[in-house]
Amino acid sequence: MSKKQHPSTADSPRELDRRSVLKGIAGVAAFAALPVVLDACSSGSGAGSGTSGSGSGAASGSGAASGSGSVSGSASASGSASGAGSASGSASGAGSASGASGAGSGASVSVPKVSGTLTIGSNYSDAGVKKAFGDVATAFGKASGATVTVNTVDHNTFQNKIQSYLQGTPDDVFSWFAGYRMQFFAAQGLVSPIDDVWEKIGGNFSDAAKAVSKGADGHYYFVPIYNYPWVMNYRKSVFQENGYTVPATWDDLMSLCEKMKSDGLVPISWTDKDGWPAMGTFDILNMRMNGYQFHVDLMAHKQSWTDPKVVAVFDQWKKLTPYYQTGANGRTWEEAAQDLQNKKTGMMFIGAGQAGQQFSKENLPDLAFFPFPQINSQYGTDSIDAPMDGFMMSKAPKNKDAATAFLEFLGTAHAESIYLASDPTDVGVASNYDQSTYNALQKASAELIGKTAHIAQFLDRDTRPDFAYPIVQNALQSFITNQDSNAVCQQLEAQAKSVFAS
Amino acid sequence: MTTSRTAARPASRTGRAGGGRVHRLTRRDGVVLGLMLGIPLLIDLAFVWAPAIASVFLSFTNAQGAKAVQWVGGQNYHFMATVDYEFWPAVRHNLLWLVVFIVIATPLGMLFAVLLDKGIKGTRIYQSIFFLPVMLSLALIGIIWQLMYSPDNGLINNIIGKTGQGNEIDWLGNPHINLWAVLIEATWRQAGYVMVLYLAGLKAVDPSLREAASLDGANPWQMFWRVVFPTLRPINIVILVVTVIESLRAFDLVYVTNGGTNGLELLSAIITQQILGAANKIGYGSAIGVVLLVISLVPITYFLFMQFRKENRI
Repeated sequence: MSKKQHPSTADSPRELDRRSVLKGIAGVAAFAALPVVLDACSSGSGAGSGTSGSGSGAASGSGAASGSGSVSGSASASGSASGAGSASGSASGAGSASGASGAGSGASVSVPKVSGTLTIGSNYSDAGVKKAFGDVATAFGKASGATVTVNTVDHNTFQNKIQSYLQGTPDDVFSWFAGYRMQFFAAQGLVSPIDDVWEKIGGNFSDAAKAVSKGADGHYYFVPIYNYPWVMNYRKSVFQENGYTVPATWDDLMSLCEKMKSDGLVPISWTDKDGWPAMGTFDILNMRMNGYQFHVDLMAHKQSWTDPKVVAVFDQWKKLTPYYQTGANGRTWEEAAQDLQNKKTGMMFIGAGQAGQQFSKENLPDLAFFPFPQINSQYGTDSIDAPMDGFMMSKAPKNKDAATAFLEFLGTAHAESIYLASDPTDVGVASNYDQSTYNALQKASAELIGKTAHIAQFLDRDTRPDFAYPIVQNALQSFITNQDSNAVCQQLEAQAKSVFAS
Repeated sequence: MTTSRTAARPASRTGRAGGGRVHRLTRRDGVVLGLMLGIPLLIDLAFVWAPAIASVFLSFTNAQGAKAVQWVGGQNYHFMATVDYEFWPAVRHNLLWLVVFIVIATPLGMLFAVLLDKGIKGTRIYQSIFFLPVMLSLALIGIIWQLMYSPDNGLINNIIGKTGQGNEIDWLGNPHINLWAVLIEATWRQAGYVMVLYLAGLKAVDPSLREAASLDGANPWQMFWRVVFPTLRPINIVILVVTVIESLRAFDLVYVTNGGTNGLELLSAIITQQILGAANKIGYGSAIGVVLLVISLVPITYFLFMQFRKENRI
């Protein structure tokens, strides 16, 4: 698992850290009450080890980003450790980055001199992205003269603990996601508006990027750093060998799938064990059939899930089922992407960056993609999901000058290029980004995002976090099994009513 | 506790302690007693009662993240019972877990123990094999079995030849069978646990009982059920308690498998989703916690009732 998998996996975590679990247990009386039984169980046999359920944190293989970018290793503020007994430093680490050598390309920008220490909370915990962001922090420290401390926390842990993190003593700036998922916390007053930053950097960004960086109150809260589009990925060699052509419409897609099937290929990789990949397919079908605005309204529950337009989306989705891999709920997205790489399947709908990450270096040039074909000519292919990651400023930063300067620095093509120098799959957000450094996949991503009128952020970032998980996740997983459009819509509407009313 | 003190006095030597005689405690005794009772009491209050009562209180509020806490009455319970698509499956799954442990895992463990107690050849090796899973963390067991169950690459499907498109068995993804698949994982571990407890109990059975029974012409079946099993009563109670605890606290396996969704809902898993998820629904999570508490109280009360009755009888 890496940060590049959709960050939403945070909400269906495989990994749990001991502290959160202990916290949970403290809150959950039932667990706490169990020791009573054992006390009472006076026979004194060794049986009494029962209650320490917390101890066994999942030792899954994510996280461990050992101090790539870090220089000095003071323990991270949050000190999260994945899994009981695993090395406590695995998910955390602090690096003081001032004065070290900077990476990077592109034209440099003027950065105002600031003093003091800037602390940055980062969920860029896997080795590659940790180094990439460490380079950005180093470059800023060098240019501004500030001492920059990056507190890196395992990304799942970071996202799960965001509420308590922001209420406690958060870092001056911290990593987060654009869209509703940002607005949810902005509306609680847990982050600072940064309109002054955007006065400086506004010229670097498109209107679409600006829109998803604003809170519901119209103020800016977020500075993006990179994004990636959700597209239909395929291998060029497979298409060439079999004479397939990129489908432009739904009917083309259906006949392409039919052809692949007769060639003995499973047309489309299909996975939803992780709970979020199916959300991408729902999003794109909904936007192709009902348009971007309907997607936005549905996510905010201004439209009903039992609307016939939504039922129609699920009905359309069922037409893809014969061409999907079976057993989606038991397959991880990584396994599904491997099936695409191994030419077991012909296509896969997922983030371009995510597919690219699973491909080996030799196969990466063979990976290509096309935007999901048109279904309703009224909307054509005018919208895609292209989730954007970036940074925000906490409510009361200790060093506001440095935080402001850092966000201004981050909102430039220069800073993005430093980050992307060691990330071959994502693309920069700034409209004046120098694209000559991109590989073919990145060029295509940037071009697609540039020419698409409406950029959505992905279901779990466009709606309330407690609605996306576990409610939408469960509904889509049961739809995959039961193929019942009406049932899934009723299930979603019943729960949306309660959740959005609270 | 006063028995040893009174026993030292000549006057009490003939009779049992107690008997209505009250001894004045010295100041030092009082302090020692106060500390010995007070510290556990404080710990009990702080770590058992306080969180329990706080959970009950929170379950009637809409506590969520940083928001101000508001009293919402029974709204959480209403949502749970009528709207939440995870709650009733979770209750059913917890109960099924309990039934499978009592009906399958425990008898299996008992069977292993009885067979191994007969001193068959290589008994130590078998003991080690059956006990091995108990030494692994449940999270690790979940990961190991995912490798076995994986639809395309898993050991099981490859052995039975069901890895092709359309005919593979999606052990952990199909909501109709994945709970059973996980229960096999859980039983794999639980049977070993029960086996060790019973082995310890069987070793403690007085051999003269068996000898007497065989002289009386009891067959092995009668010998076990009529002679040995009744002497295992204390162990049986321990195992019953362990079984109930293990099934109510079941969490790790489903959590590592898929986070406790899609057919693997358990109360503990949905509490975690609510409280520790990004939305931090502490109030609603607490309400589910209270339900789990109430369910736990049933066996706990029964057990304590039995325990006290036994003590009174003695």
